[in-house]
Amino acid sequence: MSLLEVSGLSKRFGGLHAVKDVSFRVEKGTIKAIIGPNGAGKTTLFNLVSGVIPPDSGAVLLRGEEVNGCPPHRIAAMGVSRTFQQIRLFAQMTALENVMVGVHPRSRAGFLAGMFHLPWTWREERDIERRAREALELVGAADLAGADATSLSYGQQRSVELARAVAAEPELLLLDEPAAGLNMRETSELAKLIKRIRERGTTVLIVEHDMGLVMNVSDEVAVLSYGEKIADATPRAVQKDPEVIRVYLGDDAC
Amino acid sequence: MQLELVLQYLVAGLTYGTIYAVVGVGFNIIYNTTGIINFAQGEFVMLGGMTAVTLHRFVPLPLAIAGAVAVTMAAGALVEATCIRWLEKPSVLRMIIITIGVSILIRELALVSWGESVRALPYFTGNEVSSLTLGGVHVSPQVLWSLATCVLIVVFLWFFFQHTSLGRQMRACAANRDAAALCGIATKNLVTLSFVLSAGIGALAGCVVSPITYTAYNIGTGLAIKGFTVAILGGLGSSMGAVGAGFLVGVLEAFSVSLMPAAYKDAISVAVLLAILFLRPSGLFGSGAAARLKTA
Amino acid sequence: MLGSRYARVALFLAAVVAVQLLAHAAEKPFFLTQLTMAAYYTLVAAGLSLLMGYAGQISLGHAAFFAIGGYASGYLTTVDLTARREGPLVAVLARLHVLVPHADLYGGEALSFHPWAAFAVAVVLTLAVAWLIGVPVLKLKGHYLAMATLGFGTIVYSILLASESLGAADGLGSVPPFPLLPGISVGGGRAARVANYYVAWGLVALALLVLSSLVESRVGRALRAIHGAEDAAASMGVDVARYKLKTFVLSAVLAAVGGSFLTHFNAGIGPAEAGVMKSVRYVAIVAVGGMGSLWGTVATSAVLTFLSLRGYFGTLDDAVFGAVLIAVMLFSPDGVLRFDPRGALRTARDRLRGSGVAG
Repeated sequence: MSLLEVSGLSKRFGGLHAVKDVSFRVEKGTIKAIIGPNGAGKTTLFNLVSGVIPPDSGAVLLRGEEVNGCPPHRIAAMGVSRTFQQIRLFAQMTALENVMVGVHPRSRAGFLAGMFHLPWTWREERDIERRAREALELVGAADLAGADATSLSYGQQRSVELARAVAAEPELLLLDEPAAGLNMRETSELAKLIKRIRERGTTVLIVEHDMGLVMNVSDEVAVLSYGEKIADATPRAVQKDPEVIRVYLGDDAC
Repeated sequence: MQLELVLQYLVAGLTYGTIYAVVGVGFNIIYNTTGIINFAQGEFVMLGGMTAVTLHRFVPLPLAIAGAVAVTMAAGALVEATCIRWLEKPSVLRMIIITIGVSILIRELALVSWGESVRALPYFTGNEVSSLTLGGVHVSPQVLWSLATCVLIVVFLWFFFQHTSLGRQMRACAANRDAAALCGIATKNLVTLSFVLSAGIGALAGCVVSPITYTAYNIGTGLAIKGFTVAILGGLGSSMGAVGAGFLVGVLEAFSVSLMPAAYKDAISVAVLLAILFLRPSGLFGSGAAARLKTA
Repeated sequence: MLGSRYARVALFLAAVVAVQLLAHAAEKPFFLTQLTMAAYYTLVAAGLSLLMGYAGQISLGHAAFFAIGGYASGYLTTVDLTARREGPLVAVLARLHVLVPHADLYGGEALSFHPWAAFAVAVVLTLAVAWLIGVPVLKLKGHYLAMATLGFGTIVYSILLASESLGAADGLGSVPPFPLLPGISVGGGRAARVANYYVAWGLVALALLVLSSLVESRVGRALRAIHGAEDAAASMGVDVARYKLKTFVLSAVLAAVGGSFLTHFNAGIGPAEAGVMKSVRYVAIVAVGGMGSLWGTVATSAVLTFLSLRGYFGTLDDAVFGAVLIAVMLFSPDGVLRFDPRGALRTARDRLRGSGVAG
């Protein structure tokens, strides 16, 4: 059974068919990339998988269980975590606190426990903080822990957001254009980081423009064009696919 | 229920409906240009009525009304200039709180200047007991004045927004403020204008219905809630929708009095508001646009 | 974190004691009456601060919850069930001491709910109402949420005003004192003034301790995350709707507790407590204190409410709150404590210059 299986997924916005009958699988322990020119429906696909918007038709299966129609927080609780194309850090919170929110699915103290500061929550708080610090360490941002998250530089904010997404050690990590705005050195570090995250047991699904990164890290690449999947194979095979070349030539091949 | 009684309720409902409709239209004008819901909208109606009553002691009725409308328009401009104009992209929460503060301030100033007593302008033609008989129903001429004023306001606004350059600029501003600014439209002044306009029509309506509904310093909040109900029911941003919804709510309220204690009358429109917000936020006559704005 | 929280509460209690001693030294013991009332209003403001500052939700209907708590306590402790004494339910409740006999207004004997029982009902009732209202209302945002809560407040107000059994415009009176602990009652007139003062502010201290614990917990972090970026919080597994609802209910219950206690303290409550103006006052206090700043809110509430209750604002009482609301939101939207005069001056100058160019 695949960790994630998407079958026949469609989504329309008015007259725009943003995602049209898309199917693919992500096997456990792999890194899969979804590429395509601007407006190909990549981010919509992501939002469908993570529950931000419901599909018009088709199904999203997580470990064989249908999850479409589930709200985002339920999908997150099932071990799916994500980053955003436009960085969405929590303002007026430190980097550490931001990442601590990421551990939310792996902790359980509720309103009453918090209000009365019950002893068992002390241990849980320590555990949350330890996980958060580990995640910051993993992305190489341990020294940013105490800084106000939204005052950090762009690259640092990307790192913190990534730490927040991996802090709960998700089964599936969705990365929405993680290399956007990064320079070449930062991008190659990101590639190493993604591989390290996979080694920790997290499966990665990545939407990306940066071909270098995609070809470097992915086990499989699916290509979208105008909402339809036109290819789904190994990076090498995709690069040679005439249809892909036609779609990409002159477009966004940077 | 006798047919005659039904028609009487209907007429009473239309009268109150006029004022709700005009408040609703006032909400729309400001909302369209600024994205702000002006919680002080009901106070404009109060201010118009109260000022006219005071002026009428010194000048003839038409002059008193004109004066009251002018004073209220000036108040609208003042509110915009002091509390809205210089804020750079304020949050919705901030604007809600500021306009609520404005409404309290206007209300309390009215309380200090006019006291708690309930006032009214004299009937424009005839008096309390004079009535015209239309199809077997006795209608106060003032009701006709109110309806005519409401029609006049809607026609004026339609003409203004469709056929004058200023009106077209305001519509451009409503569609996309940044783009309008880039086209050289002085959006800030249009915002002032929208406050002046909605204050003016509110004041006019406040004058015309005051012989029937009376006015007092504290009528604003109730009117704001009902006007908002009407604006939402009609589809936020749509003037015609607001007018239709205004009459609907007015009639609904009038009939509710025959079924339950009058004290619960106000609860009716609020119940309508809550029901719409939960069930169909785009309004009865609106498209999905307002529903999307709701979450913006 | 932990130490600082308890240290702050201790500091707060020290201030409470200091104010009492000052009032005593200044031979103004009657100040304590208004200070006690201010404490109960402060409970509402503290809950609302959590709702507005952390969950980012406005409520223009919190006075209604205060009134629901107060009216429930007031009604149940004054309603006379003597006539139904033989009914099975009444008999059972009387045997359980949920219903207790007491002297009524005219010296006869009446059978009413024990204040503790009434308090429990008040809390449960408010919880239920807040939950029922909260589920649909909190799906709304911005203007819609403000108007819906305002509408809820006006409904409660007009129902109270129209209900003869709740005293209509006069409200409820002759509410008995609340025997909190042996020897300590809420209410009971002048003799118990000092004790009541400490009960009230002790309750506020307790609320502060509980709320600041919550704010620093996993839930508090999630609430701040919701305020910061709702969609991202949801993607991190935070059940946004549920957290908002629970915060709303919690703040409503705090308001009801304040209402219930104040009704016993004043021996009565009127419909004005549910009025729109009251709700707006709570919002004003939270705005001045700085949204999400519990301590700022409490300080502001104590000062403003006390001054208002003492009548320092005269006939301009409501106008003062309106003006304060506008001024704070215009010049220092993060609250007075975070006011930055130089920054405000700079922006004002820029704006003036900017509009000069545009004009």
